[in-house]
Amino acid sequence: MSVAHLIKSFTLWEFVKAHALTLKYFFKEKATINYPYEKNPLSPRFRGEHALRRYPNGEERCIACKLCEAICPAQAITIEAEPRDDGSRRTTRYDIDMTKCIFCGFCQEACPVDAVVEGPNFEYATETRAELLYDKNKLLANGDKWERAIAANLEADAPYR
Amino acid sequence: MPKVKVDGVELEVPAGATVLQACEMAGKEIPRFCYHERLSIAGNCRMCLVEVKPGPPKPQASCALPAAEGQEIRTDSEMVKKAREGVMEFLLINHPLDCPICDQGGECDLQDQSVAYGRGSSRYHEHKRAVTEKYMGPLIKTVMTRCIQCTRCVRFSEEITGVDEIGALYRGENMQISTYLEKASTHELSANVIDLCPVGALTSRPYAFEARPWELKKTISIDVSDAVGSNIRVDARGREAMRILPRVNDDVNEEWLSDKGRYMVDGLSKRRLDRPFIRLDGKLKAVSWDEALAAVAKIAPGNSIAAVAGDLVDVETMYAAKKLLSGLGSSVLEGRQTGLAYNTANLAAVNFNSGLAGIESADAILIVGSHVRWEAAVLNARLRKAVKHGAKVFIIGPEWATTYPAEFLGSDASVLNALPAHVWSALQGAKRPALIIGGAGLAKGALEAGLAISEQLGLVRTLEDGSVWNGFNVLHMAASRMGGLVLGYAQKGGINDVAAAKPKLLLSLGADEVDYAKFADSMIVYVGHHGDKGAHAADVILPASAFTEKAGIYVNTEGRVQFAEKAVFAPGDAREDWAILRAIAQVLNVNVGFDSFDELRSALFAEYPALLVDGGLIDFGPLPTGVSGSAAGEIAYPIKDFYLTNPIARASETLARCSAELLHGSQPQAEAAE
Repeated sequence: MSVAHLIKSFTLWEFVKAHALTLKYFFKEKATINYPYEKNPLSPRFRGEHALRRYPNGEERCIACKLCEAICPAQAITIEAEPRDDGSRRTTRYDIDMTKCIFCGFCQEACPVDAVVEGPNFEYATETRAELLYDKNKLLANGDKWERAIAANLEADAPYR
Repeated sequence: MPKVKVDGVELEVPAGATVLQACEMAGKEIPRFCYHERLSIAGNCRMCLVEVKPGPPKPQASCALPAAEGQEIRTDSEMVKKAREGVMEFLLINHPLDCPICDQGGECDLQDQSVAYGRGSSRYHEHKRAVTEKYMGPLIKTVMTRCIQCTRCVRFSEEITGVDEIGALYRGENMQISTYLEKASTHELSANVIDLCPVGALTSRPYAFEARPWELKKTISIDVSDAVGSNIRVDARGREAMRILPRVNDDVNEEWLSDKGRYMVDGLSKRRLDRPFIRLDGKLKAVSWDEALAAVAKIAPGNSIAAVAGDLVDVETMYAAKKLLSGLGSSVLEGRQTGLAYNTANLAAVNFNSGLAGIESADAILIVGSHVRWEAAVLNARLRKAVKHGAKVFIIGPEWATTYPAEFLGSDASVLNALPAHVWSALQGAKRPALIIGGAGLAKGALEAGLAISEQLGLVRTLEDGSVWNGFNVLHMAASRMGGLVLGYAQKGGINDVAAAKPKLLLSLGADEVDYAKFADSMIVYVGHHGDKGAHAADVILPASAFTEKAGIYVNTEGRVQFAEKAVFAPGDAREDWAILRAIAQVLNVNVGFDSFDELRSALFAEYPALLVDGGLIDFGPLPTGVSGSAAGEIAYPIKDFYLTNPIARASETLARCSAELLHGSQPQAEAAE
């Protein structure tokens, strides 16, 4: 046993060192945040809850091309389409099964009109499983609710696409 | 037989072949839009450019260039690649590139070929041309901005259908395809232009936006709308058949399909019988299968049972019913619902002996009592081909709009007994004379008179090249007819014999054309799929499967055995026909000798080995000789409305619209601008 070791033992040096560390973190900025009152920043590419967007004039963007349905690796998307009264191609059914979705983002990559997007929202936990089977109304409502954030994200990411 | 070199590989091609065909023979793919095997050569899309030496130092359109001795053809040179890229760029200048909303997307020639042979990016920044939509009827939807002016539809209309309905207006960039005065396209084969169109300019109106090609499960099947047995493909999504497309079979339908066969698909999901019913106090009541079968058992017919086969049933169903009846000791089977009672002792005499493809080579044709355009639209295209090769056509029967020059000899069947001299000499002088007797002719005794003429004229003969020509033909109208006749679904006196037998139980296998008033004393058990005439008259309804919902064998009018496969499941509680008949056998304590579909087929093939070969022709032997008889009476065609001849077609909204607009002249439904 060396002299240095003896001195460290009798002065409770490790004890002091540990307390000093604790004291240092006591005065440092906190790593945790006060969720849900505080939130971390999100990348504009964040892939959260899906939404169907509209054009500024209120017309839904989706044209029922079914490319998202085709690309979806989890087969979470179901689309049915028929001509609307004005003859345009529209969906009569647009379902996303959020319990199947793996949030890969292929659907928004495939969309030729930026209709289906994965928005910044990740707080959509539900009490029942059925509530996670999204239909067209829910997705359009999501789009209306998150449009500003989605549009800002798309714009922020546009130079890199 | 010129010898050419394609990409350094030497090969011999038949005389008269084009450079494009030579390249295909060498296994090289040549992109094309306007060229089509069954249409004349137009050479206006320029996509098939290849390099040919000797010749001018520029790429040449291979579809219009005859292959000649010593040609050196390159399909892989830098010049060809550049030429294709250039042509594709020009084609795409005015193409809207609206693939996401185009129904052709995913099965589009322009899409595929621009990926394979195009440049990948556009250099064009000016305005694109736009073209107004043209109305082409209830079946064809047009988006004319997408048109690349290949003129396949124009050539199809002129050459195959023989009615000049579609044409081109204006020139150059302003060229537009339209129907005459934007009238609806009315020909029975009109919807085939949808398949021909290499882009999305002509698409199917009833199928608009319904499904994408990659979502569909494709099943090979046989068309049951007429007796031609056109080869079809049923495209289904989930439990619903979405569309029907023709398959290529040069022996039967080439690659065409009648509009009725194509568009009765929406009738498959309407007016369906999806659960059993029994009639209580004059009203039909939905019951369970057990109750319905108990009701059948309660009839306890003993051997007083008869079966009438409908026009759409397959051979297996008829065989199962035959086994059921023979187990009970009855053989009262009939398929000719409308009362025809021609002699079926020799089936060669009621067969289309020349063959559907063979009739093309006939050089004098006498049609007795057949509205060929409506009874077999695909065959009519063949007849037109024969006429283009120089055949003369004479028709006995009321006049109808032929699509080729033909002489009507009067509407009374007795004309057949003493043919006018010029007709007789035309048939006599012909190398391959042919006689076609239709259903309306059979009703007036034309079969015997025709057989007599056939013998006098020697319609069966050995030609100079040693092949046998049989020019005696009967054209049936029901998909089940030849199969039924093979199985013995024919009484001597036709349906009247069945009525005279006064069966206690009449088993109706989807028979919807029968006059059920004749069977007022019988209990009618209807095994069928649509709530049509048969179901209205029935005492017990057992819901069965339509042709897309079961595997089945169909024998067409030329005796060709063809197998169809099951595309979707029957709706609701409906079962497959053979299973229903097996269940009836169970409750009536009859041993039919099969417990599964495979066992049924084995028993069928053991009894009728000719049915074993898919696509094979049944050999019915020689025609009967020494037959004499005379035809008499005014001929009346049985089909009054081309679009509504069977229960599936009658349930179809699309065909109801066709019937109203194309045949009865109602105004087209207002179409919203797109």
